[in-house]
Amino acid sequence: MNENIIKIDSVRFYWSKKSNFKIFIPSLEIRKGEKVLLLGESGSGKTTLLSLLCGFLSPISGTISINGNEINKLSSKSKDEYRADNIGIIFQQFNLLPYAGVIDNILLPLYFSKVRSNSIIDPQETALQLCKQLRLPDDINDYKANRLSVGQQQRVAVARALIGNPSLIIADEPTSSIDTEAQQIFLDLMFEQIYKNKSTLLMVSHDKSLSSRFDRLIDINEIITREN
Amino acid sequence: MLLKLSFNSLYARLLTVGMTILAISVSLMLYMSVEKLRTSAYTSFTDTISQTDLIIGARASSVQLMLYSVFRIGNATNNITWESYQDILNKDEVDWAVPISLGDSHKGFRVMGTNRDFFTRYKYRGGQSIIVEKGYLFDDLYDVVLGAGVAEKLEYGIDSPLIVSHGLQSFSDHDDQPFRVSGILKKTGTPVDNTVIVSLAAIEAIHVDWSTGAKIPGLETPIEEIRKMDLTPKNITAALLGVKSKLTIFSLQRWINNYPEEAMTAILPGAALQELWRVVGVVENLLLGISVVVIFTTLIGMTAIMFSSLSERRREMAIWRAMGASPFTIVGLLMLEAIFISLLSIILSLVLLFISLSVLQPWIDYNYGILVNVEMLSINDAYVFALFIFASMLISLLPALRAYWFSINDGMTIKL
Repeated sequence: MNENIIKIDSVRFYWSKKSNFKIFIPSLEIRKGEKVLLLGESGSGKTTLLSLLCGFLSPISGTISINGNEINKLSSKSKDEYRADNIGIIFQQFNLLPYAGVIDNILLPLYFSKVRSNSIIDPQETALQLCKQLRLPDDINDYKANRLSVGQQQRVAVARALIGNPSLIIADEPTSSIDTEAQQIFLDLMFEQIYKNKSTLLMVSHDKSLSSRFDRLIDINEIITREN
Repeated sequence: MLLKLSFNSLYARLLTVGMTILAISVSLMLYMSVEKLRTSAYTSFTDTISQTDLIIGARASSVQLMLYSVFRIGNATNNITWESYQDILNKDEVDWAVPISLGDSHKGFRVMGTNRDFFTRYKYRGGQSIIVEKGYLFDDLYDVVLGAGVAEKLEYGIDSPLIVSHGLQSFSDHDDQPFRVSGILKKTGTPVDNTVIVSLAAIEAIHVDWSTGAKIPGLETPIEEIRKMDLTPKNITAALLGVKSKLTIFSLQRWINNYPEEAMTAILPGAALQELWRVVGVVENLLLGISVVVIFTTLIGMTAIMFSSLSERRREMAIWRAMGASPFTIVGLLMLEAIFISLLSIILSLVLLFISLSVLQPWIDYNYGILVNVEMLSINDAYVFALFIFASMLISLLPALRAYWFSINDGMTIKL
């Protein structure tokens, strides 16, 4: 398990030359199966880092490899495919399409990824199983996504990120919008599933107290340099 | 799945989307009803008289002859003599002819002298015949048959007495020879409805004591004496003509136009009606133009609504993108939405159109003499719809491109 799932080498990014937001990432390596907590305040460039990893943004220079593929060299269409195949994303909040049913929301990635949809025999049943394991109510699919509590919505987002078993889960402050008690339950359930799936987890937070659950803690200020 | 979610998304915005659809379909309906009314008015108008091959009268322009002989608007410049009429009638090509004598009126309605053939020969709307609704056609010299409009507006029934006035706006009445209503015609939607019809002999009879438009003072021939007189007219105003073979229409027309003893004009009713329509139809074209502008306005409205919904749907697009949707999928989703809205609008507008037309058809026919056909769609309508969908796709590209730009730039950031 010493293989790197993420390998960043000398990545430089800015929106425009005149922009006063220019970042440089000399190196970042995350091994397969690792659970990493990325600590950082807002404005530290963590969202930019995640956007680069997900292939939303392309670096000005340097290489980003995921599973050994240099994604900075891919076309934008291939980047979208790569993202669909390899990464499960959990946002801070508003993860779900409000007008769609819970199961439809969970099945959404399968629509864009052949790899993930082919790995599942019965998508409907798999989605229901995931809901059950994440302690969501049995009649969950009777609800439209916008009728769920925030905690429930975040759990549905976990199910959606995990379906089809992508190798990398990226979570951007998934607990920040739920209250403290529910946070612990949410993290318990999420970790349970991530261990079960043997996924790699890269989670962003500004809450240091969560670090005990993770294999490694990275302070974003140690890997990102701001250039002006 | 994409379709279903797209539909769900629209459904979630039911109120705004619904109002948009309603606005678009009302404007489409407006366009289509103007178009339907226009084509129906055209057919009703050009079908005011049918199966008559030629109309003859004194030398005049075709529109003028048409106006006074069929629409009873304006006056004849001159009459044609009975002898000339007989000459034409005796031509081999002529199958039938109906003489018409105009010039008098009754309470603003034109009085027309003719013979009983008029009721069988005058056809409208592609061959419909005049039907007597009440009573019978004129029998006695002083019998009169009323068009439906005359009877309704003057509240006349069978046996109502009636005095014919001399000329169109004079105060001298033919009050020495009162008429009696013998029959009332069924509504036709043609100028016949507003016509008081008497026999040619009656026109002669009321003018026995008259000379060059004025009553000869002191002369008052008793009715009993008039009845015994030969009341063959000396002049008529116009005549409707049918030929035995359509091939001879033009040569007959030429012959009449070149008739040496009297200046006469023969016109083809269809051609004259179309010429007349070019004058009347301008208003209709204007209406049509306005309704096209209305459609365009609602399309802009749809785009505005799509634009304003974009900001609240920015999150939604970030989700799609995170799941692996390409920016083009986002563009596709928005265009799909526009197509869906316009399709629904078309369907709704058709429903609205057919309901309103079915309800209003008899009323429009009765009041305006226009028979609106509530039939299947024409090829032209299909073109308009296709064009409309294309236009809505094109115009939805604007918000779609903005969404494209959002989805390229937002990445992991979810804008609130």
